[in-house]
Amino acid sequence: MAVIDYDRAPEFATAGYDSPAASRLHALWETKPGLIGWLSTVDHKELGVRYLVTAFAFLLLGGLEALVMRLQLAQPNEHLLTPEQYNQIFSMHGITMIFLYAQPILSGFSIYLFPLILGTRDMAFPRLNAFSYWAYLAAGLFMYASFLIGAAPNDGWFNYAPYALKQFNPNPNMDFYALGMILLGVSTTAGAANFLVTFLRLRAPGMSINRVPILAWGTTTTSVGILLSVPAVSLAFFLLWLDRQFGTHFYNPDGQGQPLLWQHLFWMFAHPWVYIIVLPAMGIVSDALPIFCRRPLVGYTVVVLATIATMVLGFGVWLHHMFATGLPFLALSFFSGASFIITVPSAVAVFAWIATIWTGRPVFTTAFLYFAGFVSMFVIGGVSGVMTAAVPADRQLTDTYFVVAHIHYVLIGINLFPVLGGLHVWFPKMTGRMLSERLGRWSFWTVFAGFNMAFLPMHWTGLAGMPRRIYTYPEGMGWDTVNLITTIGAFVLAAGILIFLANIALSRRNGRFAGPNPWDGPTLEWSTPSPPPPYNFPVIPAVASRHPLWEDRLDEGLGRSSIRRGVVLDHGKEALATSTLDGEPDAILKMPEDSLSPLVATIVMTAAFAGLLLHWWMFAGAYAALLLAATIVWLWPERELGQRAEASHG
Amino acid sequence: MADVTDLERLPIGSIGHRASGWWGMLAVIMTEGALFSYLLFSYYYFAVQYGREFLPPHLPKLHLSVPNTALLLLSSVAVWWAEQGAKLGDRRRLALGLAAALIMGVGFVAIQALEWSEQSFTIASSSYGSLFFTITGFHMAHVIAGDIVLAVLLLWTLLGYFDARRNAAVSIGAIYWHFVDAVWLTLFFTFYVTPRLS
Amino acid sequence: MTWSRPVPNQRRRSRQLKAWIAALAVSALCASAASAETPLGYLEGFGVKTREIAHLTWALLILSIAVVVITSALVVIGALVRRSRAPAGNIEQEPVSRSGRGVAWITIGVTVSTVALIGSMAWTAYTMAAIRAPSQDPAVTIEVIGHQWWWQVRYLSDDPSRVFDTANEIHVPVGKPVRVRVKTADVIHSFWVPAVSDKIDLIPNQTNETWFQADKAGIYRGQCSEYCGKQHAHMGMVLVAEDEANFKAWWDAQLKPAAEPEKPELVRAEGVFLQRCGACHGVRGTSAGGRFGPDLSHLMSRRTIAAATLPNDPGHLSGWIADPQHVKPGSLMPNLDISGPELASVRTYLATLN
Repeated sequence: MAVIDYDRAPEFATAGYDSPAASRLHALWETKPGLIGWLSTVDHKELGVRYLVTAFAFLLLGGLEALVMRLQLAQPNEHLLTPEQYNQIFSMHGITMIFLYAQPILSGFSIYLFPLILGTRDMAFPRLNAFSYWAYLAAGLFMYASFLIGAAPNDGWFNYAPYALKQFNPNPNMDFYALGMILLGVSTTAGAANFLVTFLRLRAPGMSINRVPILAWGTTTTSVGILLSVPAVSLAFFLLWLDRQFGTHFYNPDGQGQPLLWQHLFWMFAHPWVYIIVLPAMGIVSDALPIFCRRPLVGYTVVVLATIATMVLGFGVWLHHMFATGLPFLALSFFSGASFIITVPSAVAVFAWIATIWTGRPVFTTAFLYFAGFVSMFVIGGVSGVMTAAVPADRQLTDTYFVVAHIHYVLIGINLFPVLGGLHVWFPKMTGRMLSERLGRWSFWTVFAGFNMAFLPMHWTGLAGMPRRIYTYPEGMGWDTVNLITTIGAFVLAAGILIFLANIALSRRNGRFAGPNPWDGPTLEWSTPSPPPPYNFPVIPAVASRHPLWEDRLDEGLGRSSIRRGVVLDHGKEALATSTLDGEPDAILKMPEDSLSPLVATIVMTAAFAGLLLHWWMFAGAYAALLLAATIVWLWPERELGQRAEASHG
Repeated sequence: MADVTDLERLPIGSIGHRASGWWGMLAVIMTEGALFSYLLFSYYYFAVQYGREFLPPHLPKLHLSVPNTALLLLSSVAVWWAEQGAKLGDRRRLALGLAAALIMGVGFVAIQALEWSEQSFTIASSSYGSLFFTITGFHMAHVIAGDIVLAVLLLWTLLGYFDARRNAAVSIGAIYWHFVDAVWLTLFFTFYVTPRLS
Repeated sequence: MTWSRPVPNQRRRSRQLKAWIAALAVSALCASAASAETPLGYLEGFGVKTREIAHLTWALLILSIAVVVITSALVVIGALVRRSRAPAGNIEQEPVSRSGRGVAWITIGVTVSTVALIGSMAWTAYTMAAIRAPSQDPAVTIEVIGHQWWWQVRYLSDDPSRVFDTANEIHVPVGKPVRVRVKTADVIHSFWVPAVSDKIDLIPNQTNETWFQADKAGIYRGQCSEYCGKQHAHMGMVLVAEDEANFKAWWDAQLKPAAEPEKPELVRAEGVFLQRCGACHGVRGTSAGGRFGPDLSHLMSRRTIAAATLPNDPGHLSGWIADPQHVKPGSLMPNLDISGPELASVRTYLATLN
């Protein structure tokens, strides 16, 4: 490709997946086979699956940690774990689930699905996409490396100062956590920028802002949330690292340090984070539940507004994690009120889902069961949260197992259930095979029973006063039987997850073949083969409604989407950019080839962080310089991407 | 939107504000802006908690910081001038403007390093010291990154990569530079103005 | 080989019913467990503040359960009533259509929810105001200083001769407000005696203040409620609420210095105690002035030892002194490698500290 024109009027054509145009696109977009191809791919579908697999692996690790904890707590005064071991395990359980599973699994769905549901060929920044995956993997391995020297973080995922400072915690436990989180923050931020720009710029023609699937709304809203909140935690950890390494006085009470500054910075991040890890999952349900209810979602517009409102309000409630720290009455009142109000947008979503069920005709697939169960779990998690919004009640409930029950209902109920259901929905698209409905039902009921058996009684345990983060408890507190029930429930839940994994493993080989649209779904991803080819669409589809594939049947007088006839973009790897609000085409984007730059940048960056961990300052500096060089190479203007002037044009 | 068979000519590749990189840089600015907000929050948290005793006996002086601020503002003007040159296809103006901004940017770093060495406190001597050096340090790191951006843009200009239509990288670098400048104004206000207000 | 086989309606419905029955059984079990003693429970309040809080908590709990039951019923009933005949493997059998006034669900649901929410907020505001300050001036002010992993308690008074230190066990008069100022010597802790007082955090370089008033005489249990390190699990305390006369008598007794031992074996025992324990522990009236560990001046007047981890009887006391790391691994009381005769001497001496 010698010269890239400055502009071009794109051709239109009708082309299917068997056409010569499609073969041409296949050759342009496919990742070369072999190790180099695997390491350098920028195919969003490949990267999305990697995110899903890696996040699931961390789910299993976090689950194992939980099972060990539950064995220790099944009866009073047990000695399975020493206090230090328990403290490291409960901390890593939280860190793993909240950071290494809950958000990346949703990224996995979104990275796989965004281009397909938005009607484009790739994310806005394909190489950055690959980088965010490698950096995530590196950060997870970095933090887990701490186990190898028996120095895993041991101050909880919330890591309060001053216990996290050097005088109380001299070993490198906290340094693994601090540097690992900053590294992870780079990955998460990169991913968020990618989602945001893709949402704003790379939608199909005609996909105006009010025709975008709710999963995209959820992910994009949380991406803005990430861009605005992750710096708080990266900064909090960086200041902690400075206090520990260089004797600064941010949190250190021996100087003028303020331990509460840690809590403010941490919770200013972590409260928005809890919405970041559920809003995309709610989007999964908002998009997939209607498929099984055979009708569009009730109240699309208010659900979108509720999504945005939840994220915005989520930035205004962080003090409710600090109600017992001795805050002024006015602050308590304001944050209590805000914490109550944030329930309202959630109620909008809940009733939208209930309405969709009642005004639809539900088909009881496994996915539907997960989504129906999810609504109930959502409400349970929500109401226990409302109880903690009431300051006086919170000052009894906080730091007891009541809050543990609450967080697991919102995390497992609002994140895991949609994930498992979502995998049932999109596994056929990703692999071309259906999951077994029979095994699916077994896994659902086992998961549902185990989860509720473990966590419903925990509300009671908390009301009976059992504090959090204790490695054992004495007899005579009235907690014995309930803890045993919880432990048994945890193992039943684990069994359910194993059945789910068995379903995945068996169905990949023996599952019924899925066509393009096994669920008769309405959105663009169901118009492609299963799995989709590397280029997604042979021509860029144009949409006329929220439900392109249902238009004929709904027949609501709107135009008709055009899927097999559209803009041809085959002068290399190309995608169409459209305007933000109306989805009018406004540029032809050149997309990059596979590249090793993201992996190289990750390795070099991780080496720099390792140098900081080990206090090898020259080493860290050298690798930081290498990272700079790698970045410059990556961003070097390329002719094929239309980033350079053409000598033959004036 | 059904049977559109005719589309106007669309620009190809990285053209002006339609370039994905431009939008990406806006996302970067959003997140780095948030970072500085949290840094300043930390400063004000201490200032409100401790009041006058938080401040050092010798406040950071104005004799270097005020001219340095002017220098940084001037460098933004140079970058703006250079960017206009790019849009006109005037390669010489672009190169000159970038070079001038680069020199001023490096000058800012040097002068601030000098100012750092003159302070009576260190990063570990007090909370104020920790905050002062960390916050201005973060900013300095962003300026150094910006200097590297300017240098690389200058190199690409000299290699003939940019013309009147393809110059998105210049705009992307420019908005980053203006952002760094704007952040400095908030830092200057915080460290050099607010203690003198009470 | 195909995997998808539709399951008949009846089997599925009975399976759903079984799940609900299981859930109810578990709840019943939990309810029966609730009648067992729960020393750290707070659904019943024995203090002015905690009674108000308990009412609020019950109200929110009942409201929450109602909301859960109603919405879950809506989901389950809706799914069953509206269920399609189409099997999971052939979803196209059920045609796609948009019908009905779905948005009304949202409007009504959110309106009802908001009303319930506003009611909750109002009750919360009322409770916050009610517990904000005591109705009369506090009769007693105590300072609680948290340590890893025990509680230093200092009784304050306008008369300096009536100020004294104790540890891990707090006595208060019934029916009178008590002011508590909390500080920490190391990391963040949280003071919590659920029966009479809600939580207040102990934060370095900061003195937080709260108050409580016990309404019913009794012995109540407390526990640290902010993760503070290895032995956070064993940082408990005992709170004794007693009538005015007994409380004053207790205070007077606590002020008394340790009696000078007369019998030779007691003098010897005191010597061993001072030598092995006096560096860390203090006993009023002796030369033991250690501030590192809890004050032991009237150790035998306490019901528990090791921050409410063990009952205060000779067997447990010996076990604790002989091997603290076995009871509380990581505790800052080291294994002293104390010999049998030394242990006996220490125990003999401690037995005199009433």
